[in-house]
Amino acid sequence: MESTRLIEARGVSIRRKGQQLLHAIDISVDRGEVVTLIGPNGAGKTTLVRVLLGLLQPDSGRVQRDTSVRVGYVPQHLHLNSTMPISVKRMMGLTGRPSLNAIKAALEETGAEKLIEARMSDLSGGELRRVLLSRALLRHPDLLILDEPVQGVDYIGEADLYALIAEIVARHGCGVLMVSHDLHIVMAATDRVVCLNHHICCTGVPQDVVGHDEFQRLFGTRAGAVTALYQHSHDHVHESADVVPVPKAVVPVSGEVVAATGENSYRRMPHPGGKRDAG
Amino acid sequence: MLDDFFVRALLVSVGIGAVAGPLGCFLLWRRMAYFGDTMAHSALLGVALGIILGTSPIVSVFAIVFIAALSLLFLQKAVHLASDTLLGLLSHSALALGVVILALSGSTLGHGLLSYLFGDVLAVTRGDLIVVWAGGLVCLAVLAYIWRPLVALTVHEDLARAEDSPVERSQIIYMILIAGAVAAGMKVVGVLLIVALLIIPAAAAQSLSRTPEQMAVLAAVIGMIASSGGMYGSLVLDTPSGPSIVVMALILFLVSLVIRPLSRVLESVQ
Repeated sequence: MESTRLIEARGVSIRRKGQQLLHAIDISVDRGEVVTLIGPNGAGKTTLVRVLLGLLQPDSGRVQRDTSVRVGYVPQHLHLNSTMPISVKRMMGLTGRPSLNAIKAALEETGAEKLIEARMSDLSGGELRRVLLSRALLRHPDLLILDEPVQGVDYIGEADLYALIAEIVARHGCGVLMVSHDLHIVMAATDRVVCLNHHICCTGVPQDVVGHDEFQRLFGTRAGAVTALYQHSHDHVHESADVVPVPKAVVPVSGEVVAATGENSYRRMPHPGGKRDAG
Repeated sequence: MLDDFFVRALLVSVGIGAVAGPLGCFLLWRRMAYFGDTMAHSALLGVALGIILGTSPIVSVFAIVFIAALSLLFLQKAVHLASDTLLGLLSHSALALGVVILALSGSTLGHGLLSYLFGDVLAVTRGDLIVVWAGGLVCLAVLAYIWRPLVALTVHEDLARAEDSPVERSQIIYMILIAGAVAAGMKVVGVLLIVALLIIPAAAAQSLSRTPEQMAVLAAVIGMIASSGGMYGSLVLDTPSGPSIVVMALILFLVSLVIRPLSRVLESVQ
C-alpha cells in the first residue's frame, strides 16, 4: 500500500493577544485519505487551516508541503453581498483562466452544471458549496482543504455532500482535510479524525476517537449519539430522502482496516452496492 | 475647438467620469464608501500643504491622499479598531489639520475654498485637459492590469492568497489609482463631490450587471453620461457644473432602479 504524504505540520503553535490559539499541533494528510478536524467553536480549527494554507506563520513548529502539491481550498464563509454581481461562470475563473469546457466539467462533477449562468448571490447554501467545490477541483488539486463543507446546508443535503466528497477522493485520488463541528455524518465519511481544542485532544480512526475520554468531555451527550451510530451502523451512511438528487453520487464507505500494525493505516474500498436509487 | 472653455470642461469631466466609475466599483463591493469620503477630506489637507509649500495642489493632494490610504491599510492591521472608526479618525483629523496648518501659515483659502470643495471645471486649462486624459488612460490601463487580482481579493482575501493571487501589491496599486482620481477629480467636481462620482455611477451600474467586468464598463459609461449631461445641464440652466454633474448621476441612478423591475415585468408579459 503506497501512501504519499501531501502535507505535514509538526509542533505548530500560535499565540495571539496572550491566548494560546494552537499548541504543539501535529497533523498530516496522505494521498487518498480523508482527515476530519473536529472541535467546538473557537477551538482554533480555522486558524490551523490558515496555517496549513500558508496564510499564517506559526510562532513555532513548521508546515511541510511539497511545492508540487496543488491545494484546492474551499473557505468557510464567502462574504458575497449582492453589491458584487458575479455569475457562477465568472466565479470559476476567479484566479485562473479555465476554459469553458473545463468549467462545465468541474460543475458537472458536483452536479452544479445547471447553475453556470446563475448569480452567486442567488445560490442556496448547498448550491454554493457545490460551486465552491467545483472551483477547487478546477485546479486539479492533490489536496483539498474544506472548511466546514456543509456550512449552510440542511441536514438532508449534508449526507449528499459528504457522499460527493468521498466520490471525488475515489476518482481523483487526492487527499482531503475537512473541518467540521458536526459529529454525526462526517464521522462515517472519514478515515481519520483529529479532535482539536487548541491542542490535539485525540486522533485516530472514528471508532477509536468517539470512545476517547476527551472527546466525550468536549461533546458531552452528542458524543454518545455518535458512539451509538458507530456501534450500530458504521457499515453504512444514514441516507437522506432523495430530495436533492446527486448525479453519480456513491455512498461513502467508512473503509476497511487493511493493516492493523498499531498505526492507523487505512484504505478506502469502493463499494459496488453503494449506488443511490434514482429519486 | 479646444479653445472653447466649455469644450475643455466637457472633455475633462467626461475623462474623470470614465475613470471614476470603474474605480468606484471596488469601493462599493468592499463597502468602503466612507473610504472615499476620508480620501476626499485628506485632499483638503493636501490643498493646505500645497499652498504653504507652493507646489501644485494636484501633486500635494495626490501625495497626502496616498499617504492617508496607506495609513488606513496599516492601521487596519496594527490597531484593533473597527474600520469605520479608523475612517472617521483619519477623515476628520486630516480636515482639521488642514485648517490648522492654513491658519498657522497665515494664509486662507478664502474664495478659493469654494472651488476646491465644489470644483471649478470651467477654469481648466489645456494643460489640465492633457494631464487628466493622459493620466486617465494610464489609470484605466493599470486598473485593467490589476483587475482580476482585485476582484479575487474582494470575493475572498484568503482564497486569493491561497491561490497565489498578488493581494498586497494589488491593494497598494489600487490606493495609488484612487489617490490619482481624487487629485484629478478635485478640479472638476470638487473634493466633496468626487466621492459621489466614484460611488453613484457604480451604484447605478450594479443592478444592471451580471459580472464585475460588465459593472465596471457600465459604470464608466454612466460616469461619462453623467459628466456630459451634467455639463450641458449647467450650461442651459446656469447652475454650478460640479453639483450639476452629481445631480445628473443621481438621476441616472434612479433610472437604473426602475429598469430592472421594468424589464422583469416586460418579460413576464411576454
